[in-house]
Amino acid sequence: MEQAHHGAETGPKQRSVEMGTALLTLLFGLIVVYGSVIVGFGWSSDGPQAGFFPFYVGLIICGCSIINFVQGVRENPEPLFAEYGQLRQVLKVLIPACIYVALVPFLGIYLPSVLLIVLFMIWLGHYGWPLSLAVAFGVPAFFYITLERWFLIPLPKGPIEAMLGL
Amino acid sequence: MNMIAENFTLLYHGFGIASDPFNILLMAIGILLGVIIGVLPGLGGANGVAILLPLTFSMSPTSAIILLTCIYWGALFGGAITSVLFNIPGEPWSVATTFDGHPMARSGRAGEALTAAFTSSFVGAFFAIVMITLIAPLVAQFALQFGPAEKFAVYFLAFASFVGMSKEPPAKTVVSMMIGFALAAVGLDMVTGQLRLTFGVTELLNGFDFLIAVIGLFGIGEILLTMEEGLEFRGKAAKIDPKVVWKTWKTLPRYWMTSLRSCIIGCWMGITPAGATPASFMAYGIAKRVSKNGKNFGNGEIEGVVAPETAAHAAGTAAMLPMLALGVPGSPTAAVLLGGLLIWGLQPGPMLFVEQGEFVWGLIASMYLGNIVGLILVLTTVPLFASILRIPFSIIAPVILVICAIGAYTVNNNVFDVLMMMVFGVLGYLLKKTNYPLAPLVLAIVLGDSAEEAFRQSLLGSGGSLSVFWSNGLVSSIMGLGVIAAIWPLIGMALNKLKASPQPA
Repeated sequence: MEQAHHGAETGPKQRSVEMGTALLTLLFGLIVVYGSVIVGFGWSSDGPQAGFFPFYVGLIICGCSIINFVQGVRENPEPLFAEYGQLRQVLKVLIPACIYVALVPFLGIYLPSVLLIVLFMIWLGHYGWPLSLAVAFGVPAFFYITLERWFLIPLPKGPIEAMLGL
Repeated sequence: MNMIAENFTLLYHGFGIASDPFNILLMAIGILLGVIIGVLPGLGGANGVAILLPLTFSMSPTSAIILLTCIYWGALFGGAITSVLFNIPGEPWSVATTFDGHPMARSGRAGEALTAAFTSSFVGAFFAIVMITLIAPLVAQFALQFGPAEKFAVYFLAFASFVGMSKEPPAKTVVSMMIGFALAAVGLDMVTGQLRLTFGVTELLNGFDFLIAVIGLFGIGEILLTMEEGLEFRGKAAKIDPKVVWKTWKTLPRYWMTSLRSCIIGCWMGITPAGATPASFMAYGIAKRVSKNGKNFGNGEIEGVVAPETAAHAAGTAAMLPMLALGVPGSPTAAVLLGGLLIWGLQPGPMLFVEQGEFVWGLIASMYLGNIVGLILVLTTVPLFASILRIPFSIIAPVILVICAIGAYTVNNNVFDVLMMMVFGVLGYLLKKTNYPLAPLVLAIVLGDSAEEAFRQSLLGSGGSLSVFWSNGLVSSIMGLGVIAAIWPLIGMALNKLKASPQPA
C-alpha cells in the first residue's frame, strides 16, 4: 500500500471538484424548480400556490450555482482536492459505512454494528481478535441495555435477534 | 424598572426549579456527556444534541432542556481540551485556541493553558447569560408586536448576516442556505395541504428531518474528513492540580480588558447568527493587534488562549437569546435545541416568555448553575478526558458511526433515515471540502417552514405585493439592516477601493 514516490502524489484537482459541485447544485436547483412548476408556483384564489416559495428558492440556487461555476473555472488549476492516497483512506471508511447502513433495514442494527466494528479494528486498526470481539460485542450490548432497557427506546432488530428471542 | 424587578422574581423562582437535585444531577450528566462529545472527532454540539434528543422525550421539558443545554456547554468546554493537548480542534470554534494553547502545552504548561481556557470559557458564558437575563425579556416584549411581515424580516436579517459575515464566498453561502430551504419545503405543504417535491417517493412525504441532516452533515462528514488526515493522534499529557489552577487564576485578572472585549465581540456575534467560530477568530485577531505581547502570540501566550475562548463561549451562549426571544437560533446547536422545543410542543419566540415563564426562567437559571457545575467538573476531570483521546481512531470511528446510526434511527424510528444520514454525510464531506458553509443549510432546514409561512402570510395580506416588507418603520428598518448585512462584502470592497485609490498605482 505504501507509495514509493514521495511528494509527487496526485489526485483530483480542487478546481474540477468545485466545478462539479456547482453543477450538482445547479441540477438540484433545476429539480426544485421543476417540482415547483408541477404543483403550481403562481397565485390561485386562496393566495400563493404550494410551489410558490420553492420555485424562487430553486431559481436562486440555479443563479448562484452558475456564479460558483464561473468562479470555479477561474480558479488556480494547480491545487489538489485531495491526494488519491487520502481518498483511498476516506473510501476505506465510506464503503463499509454504506454497506453497514444498507444492511440495517434487513438485519437490524446490532449484527451490522458488530460486523462493522470487527472489520474496522482488524482491517484498519490491526488489532487482535480478542480485543476486537470484546469491543464489537460490548458497544451494541451497552446500547441495548441503556436504550432498550432503561429508556425503553426500541432499536431495529433482524432475524438473528428474533431467533434469540430478544 | 418594574419589569426588571419582576423578572428577578421570576429568575429567583427559576433557580428554585433548576436547583432541584434531579436537575443538578442532569446538569452534571449533561456536562460530562457534552465534554465527551466535544472531545471525540465526529461528534459535536449540534449532532451530539441531535442524537440525544430522542432520549429526552419522556422527561419534562424543563429537565430535558437542562440536560441538552448542559451537553452544549460541555461540548463548548470539551473543544478546548483537544485544542490545547492535541492541537486538534474538537470543534471549529476552538481552532483559534490551538494557536497559543498547544504551544503552551508543548512547553509543559498544559495545566495553565487549560485552566485559562476553562476559566475564560466560564467568564464569557457568564457574561452572555447576564446579558440574556437582562435583554431577552425586553426583546421578547418588543417582538410581541411583530406581524408576519416583521417575522419574515427577522428571518431575512438572520440569513442575510450569514451571507455578509461568513468567510466563505457569498454565492456559496446562498446556495447552501437555499438547499436548506428547498429540503425544508419537501413533503406536505402546510398551507394548501398539497404534496410537493416528493416526485412520488413515499419516504419523502414527511420531508427531511433536520436532525438527520445534522447527524449526517456534521457527524459522518467529520469522520470522513478526519480519515483523510490518517489515523494518528499524538497528544500531550495533562494534569491539573489545585496549585496550578490557583497560580493561573492569580494572573488572569491582568487580562480583564481582553476578556471584556472578547465578551462583547462574542455576544454580538452570537446574537447575529454568525456564530462562535468567527467570534473566536475575531477576538484572537484583535487581541493580537492590541496586546503589548502581540508579537509573541502563537508561541504560547496565555492571552491568546483567553481571547478566543472567552469569545467562543460568549457567542455560543448568546446564540440562545434570539432562539428564546425570537425563535431564530443563533447557531446550529441552538437550532437543534429549537427543534427540540417544537417537538415538546413549545413554540419558541416572544409568546414563550408569556405562556411558559416557568420553563424559560428555569432554563435561564440552569444556565448560571450549569456553567458553575461545568467549570468545577472540567477542572477536576481533565485527565480522564485526555485519556479518552488516546483511544485510537480505528476504534473510535466505527463506534461513532454506530452511535450516529442509532441516533438517526431513534429520531422517527425509521430505517430510511439511517440511509438519508449517510447521504447527508457524503454531502457534508463534499460541501465542507469545497468551502460551502454548513450552518446556514441546517438553520434553513429548521426555519424553512416558519420563514415560508411568514412570507406567504405577509404576501396574502398585501395581495402579492412585495411592498409589504417596506410598509412601516419597523419592518423597513429590519429589512434595511438585512440588505446591508447581505451586501456587506460589496460595501467592504468599495471601501477598500476608495482607500486604495488616492495612492497612485
